Amino acid sequence: MTPALTVGQRHSVLLAENLSRALIVQYAGASGDYNPLHHDEPYAVDVAGYPSVIAHGMFTMGLTARLVTDLVGVGHLKTLEGRFRAPVFPGDSLTGHATIVAVSGRESETTVTIDLETFNQHGDLVFSGSAAAAAVTSDSPPERAHA
Amino acid sequence: MNGPVTFPVDPVHIMLFARAVCDDNPMYRDADAAARNALGGIVAPPTFSEALQQFIPEYQMRPQPGVAWPGSQRPDDAGHPPESVVLHAEQRFIYHRPIYAGEILTARKRPGNTWQKTSGRHGSMLFREVITEFFDSSEAIVLTAIAVEVEVGTQP
Repeated sequence: MTPALTVGQRHSVLLAENLSRALIVQYAGASGDYNPLHHDEPYAVDVAGYPSVIAHGMFTMGLTARLVTDLVGVGHLKTLEGRFRAPVFPGDSLTGHATIVAVSGRESETTVTIDLETFNQHGDLVFSGSAAAAAVTSDSPPERAHA
Repeated sequence: MNGPVTFPVDPVHIMLFARAVCDDNPMYRDADAAARNALGGIVAPPTFSEALQQFIPEYQMRPQPGVAWPGSQRPDDAGHPPESVVLHAEQRFIYHRPIYAGEILTARKRPGNTWQKTSGRHGSMLFREVITEFFDSSEAIVLTAIAVEVEVGTQP
C-alpha cells in the first residue's frame, strides 16, 4: 500500500550531479532533438553566443517529472506543466523538490496537487511547475520496490 | 509537421528515453515487473511524447542526408546562425490515460494562442502555443501536449 499523501509532504532528489555532455547527447538521441545548441560547443559558443552548450529544457522537465512518479506512481498523472526559467549547463548539479500542496476529493477520486521546483548548484531556479495526479488507493505494488 | 504523424511506441524506445531522463523505474524497462503492476505492462514516462520528433519526416533538428546542417563542421567553421531563434518557454501535458508500449499512436499538431511581449533583454518576443494531440487506434485521445514557444528578436 502506498503511504498516504499529505499536504506539506516534500520529496527532494539530486537529479543530476556534475551534468555531463554525454547525458545531454543521450537525451538528444532518445528525443530526436539534435539542435546543435545542445551538443555542438563551437556552434553554441561562436554562433549562438552561449558560454557552452545547454541542456534541452525538456531534459530538465523529464528529470523533474520523476519526482511526481516517485510520489504517486506511474500512470496516475492527470496534468504536468512547467516553465523553463534558466539555462542548464554541463557541470551543473540539479536538485528537484516536489511539495504536495493540495489533496482534494474523497477516497477513490482523490487528486493530489504537487508543486515542482528544480534548482542548480548556485540556488538558481531552472524549472518550476506543477502536477496533478490521481492518488493511488489500490494495493498494487509500488513500482520502485526493486527486487 | 503538416499532416498526422504515426508514432509507434516501442518498448526499447521507452527504455532509452527513461535512461535519458535518468529514471531507473522498472516500469519503463522490465516487462515482468510491469506485468505485476496494476497497469499490466510497460508504460511511457510522463514526457515521452517529446520523442514524437523522431517520426516527423521534415523535422529540422535531425540531420538528414543531403540537407545542409547548421552546426559546426571543420575546426574553422562554427556553423551558421538560424534565421530566427525559437526557445521553449513552457510545456503542459494533459494525460487522458497511460500510454502503453506496443501502441501505435497518431499525433496531430495545431496552433494555439499567440501573444507578444517586449523585454529589455530580448526586444520583441512572439509567444505561440503549439498543441499536439495524440490519439490511439480507436481515435480516442490519450494525451494533449501544449508547448509554448517564444521567438526572440522579431519586429513588432
